[in-house]
Amino acid sequence: MGWESVIGLEIHAQLMTKAKVFSGASTAYGAVPNTQACAIDLGLPGVLPVLNEAAVRMAVKFGLAIGAEIAPRSVFARKNYFYPDLPKGYQISQYELPVVHHGRLDIVLDDGTTKTIGITRAHMEEDAGKSLHEDFHGMTGIDLNRAGTPLLEIVSEPDMRSAKEAVAYMKRLHTLVRYLEICDGNMQEGSFRCDANVSIRPKGEQRLGTRTELKNLNSFRFVERAIEYEIARQIEVLEGGGRIVQETRLYDPIKDETRPLRAKEEANDYRYFPDPDLLPLEITADLIESVRAELPELPDAKKERFIRDFGLGPYDAAVLTATHELAKYFEDTVRHLGGSPKLAANWVMGEVSAALNRDGIDIAASPVGPAALAGLLKRIEDNTISGKIAKEVFEAMWSGHGDADQIIESRGLKQITDTSRIEVMIDEVIAKNPQQLAQFRAGKDKLFGFFVGQVMMVSKGKANPAQVNEILKRKLAG
Amino acid sequence: MHNLSIKRLVEALRAKKFSSRDLAEHFLARIERFQERLNSFITVTHDQALAAADAADQRIHAGDAGPLTGVPIAHKDIFCTDGVKTSCGSRMLDSFVAPYDATVVARFKQAGAVMLGKTNMDEFAMGSSNETSYYGPVKNPWDLARVPGGSSGGSAAAVAARLVPGATGTDTGGSIRQPAALCGITGLKPTYGLVSRYGMIAFASSLDQGGPLARTAEDCALLLQAMAGFDPRDSTSIDRAVPDYSAGLDKPLDGLRIGLPKEYFGEGLDAGVARVIEEAIAGYRSIGCEVAEISLPNSGLAVPVYYVVAPAECSSNLARYDGVRYGYRCEDPKDLTDLYKRSRGEGFGAEVKRRIMIGTYALSAGYYDAYYLKAQQVRRLISNDFKRAFEQVDVIMGPTSPSTAFRLGEKANDPVKMYLSDIYTIAVNLAGLPGISIPAGFHDGLPVGLQIIGNHFEEARLLNVAHKFQQETDWHTRAPMEA
Repeated sequence: MGWESVIGLEIHAQLMTKAKVFSGASTAYGAVPNTQACAIDLGLPGVLPVLNEAAVRMAVKFGLAIGAEIAPRSVFARKNYFYPDLPKGYQISQYELPVVHHGRLDIVLDDGTTKTIGITRAHMEEDAGKSLHEDFHGMTGIDLNRAGTPLLEIVSEPDMRSAKEAVAYMKRLHTLVRYLEICDGNMQEGSFRCDANVSIRPKGEQRLGTRTELKNLNSFRFVERAIEYEIARQIEVLEGGGRIVQETRLYDPIKDETRPLRAKEEANDYRYFPDPDLLPLEITADLIESVRAELPELPDAKKERFIRDFGLGPYDAAVLTATHELAKYFEDTVRHLGGSPKLAANWVMGEVSAALNRDGIDIAASPVGPAALAGLLKRIEDNTISGKIAKEVFEAMWSGHGDADQIIESRGLKQITDTSRIEVMIDEVIAKNPQQLAQFRAGKDKLFGFFVGQVMMVSKGKANPAQVNEILKRKLAG
Repeated sequence: MHNLSIKRLVEALRAKKFSSRDLAEHFLARIERFQERLNSFITVTHDQALAAADAADQRIHAGDAGPLTGVPIAHKDIFCTDGVKTSCGSRMLDSFVAPYDATVVARFKQAGAVMLGKTNMDEFAMGSSNETSYYGPVKNPWDLARVPGGSSGGSAAAVAARLVPGATGTDTGGSIRQPAALCGITGLKPTYGLVSRYGMIAFASSLDQGGPLARTAEDCALLLQAMAGFDPRDSTSIDRAVPDYSAGLDKPLDGLRIGLPKEYFGEGLDAGVARVIEEAIAGYRSIGCEVAEISLPNSGLAVPVYYVVAPAECSSNLARYDGVRYGYRCEDPKDLTDLYKRSRGEGFGAEVKRRIMIGTYALSAGYYDAYYLKAQQVRRLISNDFKRAFEQVDVIMGPTSPSTAFRLGEKANDPVKMYLSDIYTIAVNLAGLPGISIPAGFHDGLPVGLQIIGNHFEEARLLNVAHKFQQETDWHTRAPMEA
């Protein structure tokens, strides 16, 4: 019997507000524990929450970007449970009436087709603090710096049918929130977290199977592996005559397996009810329109424009629009260059990306900016240097030795295009290699490359390759 | 000095008849003298009070006096006070020193008032007799064998016994008005949203409202003026201009339409109390008011609705007292669950635990619709009763409490009986309306309170209606034997 897997994702995106969602404390990451928790975040007696409007605007922005309904009236509710890093004994969230609902996001499958994933809802809530179990001699440390950081919980429909689709959806969402500048997407720091609901059913069956919820999926790779493991596990259980228990399972990346998070003797009852400290959130048409006016060009639209206006292939356009910053870098380079988008694309995706990866630098902090890169590419275009020399110049620019023209000048890298000088070098090479010349003339065509190499060596790479080819062909022919 | 009203104190201080320090020392001495008998204070801030009084005197001398500069007051121990223990009447917060001032406290400081201390109260404001306090019950200054009412019993008893000219209280189901009635003073519960709840320890957030207790309506107007107004730190506070509450106190009441809800004069009302209230109403009639019987048909549902909504909110509001960050923590917890169970089990008293359990039950999956949701629907019906009533009348009057002060221990073991002592005050909180209790006479030597209920934001009218009565009567000037 064939099985079909059914997957839905719950993604928590930390909103990039300066202050927390219900207090004025800073949200900056990495501060000394408990130095960014004010009286409100600590849940002191008598404190009250006040909603941060910047978080609301970000939620609305997200809603507009996924073509969702923005609720004119949504309600904050308390989710009640006891945990040491939850200072008030409840989390302020949204339950029955979320701010965003009924959206959708398109993903591209491996075969190139597009699939639409439904987004059931996105609601605002506050993050909890962190429990630290190491370095406390068997006790638990509590850091409440994160408590009260705004989150957008984005809940998809169970529309995905494989781990690959789930990852594609997650990546798409990851790109989108960064485009919108509402979340930094940093998975290491927990700014973008994912839980997956996974179930399986016999192919053709309409009803959903019992699902398990997978946690601790803090990279795309873990999401894919955890879901694949879980699907295989569920198939094994069902084919072995067992049944799936609805439970929360933790993914262990070291053992590459999922296991039950805790024995659930009783179901959690969160006793949700509307938070009496907060009025219902009313979002006016004016607010929606003012947010809409701030919406950036979204990834799909940008990709289409790159294909249309720059003549890029779909693959290159997709890579270059993967992040807002990369796309901006590319466009700025083309602007400074005054055209030649294909040359710019090759360099941005090639040398620039490789150097950034190698040195672990964000594109926004690249030592070679779009204007400097364009300065280099101009010298390729006007034949001052060859592509090969350009790589050497680029490395020097990367290390801070100046702009392209300075480096070309000071190192004498200018291409040799003087025909008589090239002819002298070629004559010299031919004279030194009589044996190879004989073999070539006897029909060993491959030796042409050998001669090109020798000439380039003699010219220290500066001879114009096209001219070398042309003259060499003539001279070798005798 | 202790028989002067706040209004007279302000005048005398400005005229330099005595200093703020004289006043503070005088009242502090009285507090000390009566503390053992009345137990109305949890904390007396003797040194800070004298320092504040000296600062007030300097301001007066510099001609820089605010509206209440130099006037002694006391805060219910539910308001957070920077650097001063804020216990909320509970063992749970016996060790808690607040690191910030509640908005109400900050506003009184701003107005120049001198805080003498923090008054006793039912634990977390849950009680109608002050018997649930971790610090022991407060005694009624009219009869030490009787309760002062609750939960603001310490504030009411202290004002009645002239230990302080005015005090703050909070009212979730009658906690200002009922003790004001039982102690023979004036207490105002403002419209929900008029006074900031920031720094006022939450019991039931949708019902809690801070307000003043003093001997006269005129003094309550002065105190309310300092307390009222929008606070950006409280999302439920209402951004609306605050009127001058003293300006209209003397307006004549000719043609004022008074409604008497027939439901407030039926079974359960003590006959002696009823007689006093009827005489008070007759007094209003004699100065030109029109009196009509009205109906608030859903009155009988107020107590049951309240005892679903208030415990539900309290069960969540009190979850933060877990022994993790501040407050009471049990000795040698074995593990996390043990820490929670024993810290909360030992830190909270019986009434608080009862309400947490009722509220937890009411919010549980499978019961939420039947209890919490249904209660919220009925709450709307109760509100609508008042809305309709205020189409016919300007104010509603009736008894504040069905009986005079009861004996200590009399109702302590019968929660339902205790809850019914708030039967006339609770609906006002459910509807978010303002209400005031004023001394209306005596029955068997004990004070009886008249409750006047107004439409939203009609505090000025309530104070006017109360003040006119106090100009015609002297009940509010009577002092208990113990004072």
